[in-house]
Amino acid sequence: MFQLAPEDLQSVWLTLKLASVTTVLLLLIATPLAWWLANSRKWYKGPVAAVVALPLVIPPTVLGFYLLLLMGPHGAVGELTTSLNLGRLPFTFAGLVIGSVLFSMPFAVQPIQSAFESIGRRPLEVAATLRAGVWDQFFSVALPLARPGFITASILAFAHTVGEFGVVLMLGGNIPGETRVLSVAIYSHVEAMEYASAHVLAGGMVLFSFMVLLALYLAGGKVAKV
Amino acid sequence: MSQINAQFSLKRDGFALDADFSAPASGVTALFGPSGSGKTTLLRCIAGLERASGTLSMNGEIWQDKTTFLPVHQRPLGFVFQEASLFTHLSVRANLEYGYKRIAPAERKVPLEQVVEWLGLSHLIERGDPAKLSGGERQRVAIGRALLTSPRILLMDEPLSALDTRSKQEILPYLERLHLELDIPVLYVSHSMDEVVRLADHLVLIEQGRVIASGALRETLSRLDLPTAHFDDAGAVIEATVAQQDETYHLTRLDFEVGSLWVSRVEQPFGTRVRARVLARDVSIATQAPHGSSINNILNARIEEICDERPDKVIVRMKVGIDAMLLSRITRRSRDLLALSVGMEVYAQVKSVALMA
Repeated sequence: MFQLAPEDLQSVWLTLKLASVTTVLLLLIATPLAWWLANSRKWYKGPVAAVVALPLVIPPTVLGFYLLLLMGPHGAVGELTTSLNLGRLPFTFAGLVIGSVLFSMPFAVQPIQSAFESIGRRPLEVAATLRAGVWDQFFSVALPLARPGFITASILAFAHTVGEFGVVLMLGGNIPGETRVLSVAIYSHVEAMEYASAHVLAGGMVLFSFMVLLALYLAGGKVAKV
Repeated sequence: MSQINAQFSLKRDGFALDADFSAPASGVTALFGPSGSGKTTLLRCIAGLERASGTLSMNGEIWQDKTTFLPVHQRPLGFVFQEASLFTHLSVRANLEYGYKRIAPAERKVPLEQVVEWLGLSHLIERGDPAKLSGGERQRVAIGRALLTSPRILLMDEPLSALDTRSKQEILPYLERLHLELDIPVLYVSHSMDEVVRLADHLVLIEQGRVIASGALRETLSRLDLPTAHFDDAGAVIEATVAQQDETYHLTRLDFEVGSLWVSRVEQPFGTRVRARVLARDVSIATQAPHGSSINNILNARIEEICDERPDKVIVRMKVGIDAMLLSRITRRSRDLLALSVGMEVYAQVKSVALMA
């Protein structure tokens, strides 16, 4: 029963790779963005927050569709990557990473943002009166105090990327070893009536998701509420 | 030029700060005023935590003017907030060392061990979680943390107001010692007259965002044109030294320039400087030397000013000797019966004296 075909194993590794790369990139992008959203008083903070939250609402296929157009031969990003000799992004792993980052953005930004907001200004003011410059305040006070938010953000971004389907299908298709992630592999198995193989992967996904959520709730107090 | 010169203006919804004052860069200067008068905002402007337009110079060094705004972390100041605001992700020791580590070793004039000893922190320093300390202990750690940056000025924003009475009593002696042992000027925001009288040398009065008076504590508190003279607990402050202990009656004699006061026994060695507060309501006036009075303290005084205060009361300022002041609140009727007037020599009868230290 618990046997993975080599292609399926490849899908598992690809999925984990995609989720890891996406999570790392998301933390790098979401941290400054969340910081800005938590502290800015600019009028365009609202619109920016809405754009960041957009993937929560729109269907993944819609996001995937527009990214496909944008990265395609006639899209702005496509023309840029072609002129830089980088080739085209759709149907590549890099394209998937970009899609996943955008798709999971709110899951990374929002926990970090609310962690920063709950810290408030006071600890940073204290740090400033104790001779810490702006970067020093950020790294020695804001980051450690916001740690629960970062843990939540990492877990959610990782798990959400693992479970992603629509964006991948629109943007990456179904190329083994390049873009065939787990969710797509399951879909292919079902289409080919290979229910046993689909079961192994699907059951594995259910188990994985359960473990992630269990870890989140067991960590309870240490992790920011989502 | 050992002086703090500050001038700030700031407009916010429903509040305007327009403050201008100078204070000596030594001793404790109290910024005193009612809640909402802008004293905290003024202190935050001095720290650079609030950006108001204006100028600020500290001992001739410009911290802010039209073209300069020294960022908070470059100002050699210590700041103690109303709530201790210890870093919850750091141990007590790491809290204390946070600022200490961030100044150049050559500038560390206050050694860690000394601060720990002064503030009685030795049994706290190895405690991990600062959240487990009591309110008073946390505030002591916060004061130590600020002192360890060897600041050239210490700013304190109502450091006792978030504490219960017991913790207040626990911290006040430390603040007094700070005053005596450390040569760091302190700006102390407070709305408690008790704290001000106990700690301050210089007083800056703030009302509705404006500085209405600034001067030495004793002179300023005895000025009848200021609201402080018309509080229920208005009074004068006398600096005196412990001169004699009377074993028989359990009293202590305090001497000041030209007079002395007998007070309930103070367990302080001969020669200790103490600050006595004499409330206006505890002082009565006689035009002839009283005979057969139960009052121990009768001082020769000269009336300097009389001010109508309430429909039934007047407040009288008297000078005792060269520069000691007394305030007395008496009825208008007594003033007229005794025909009191400025320049008259009278006998001030002091019914009770509160010792502040």
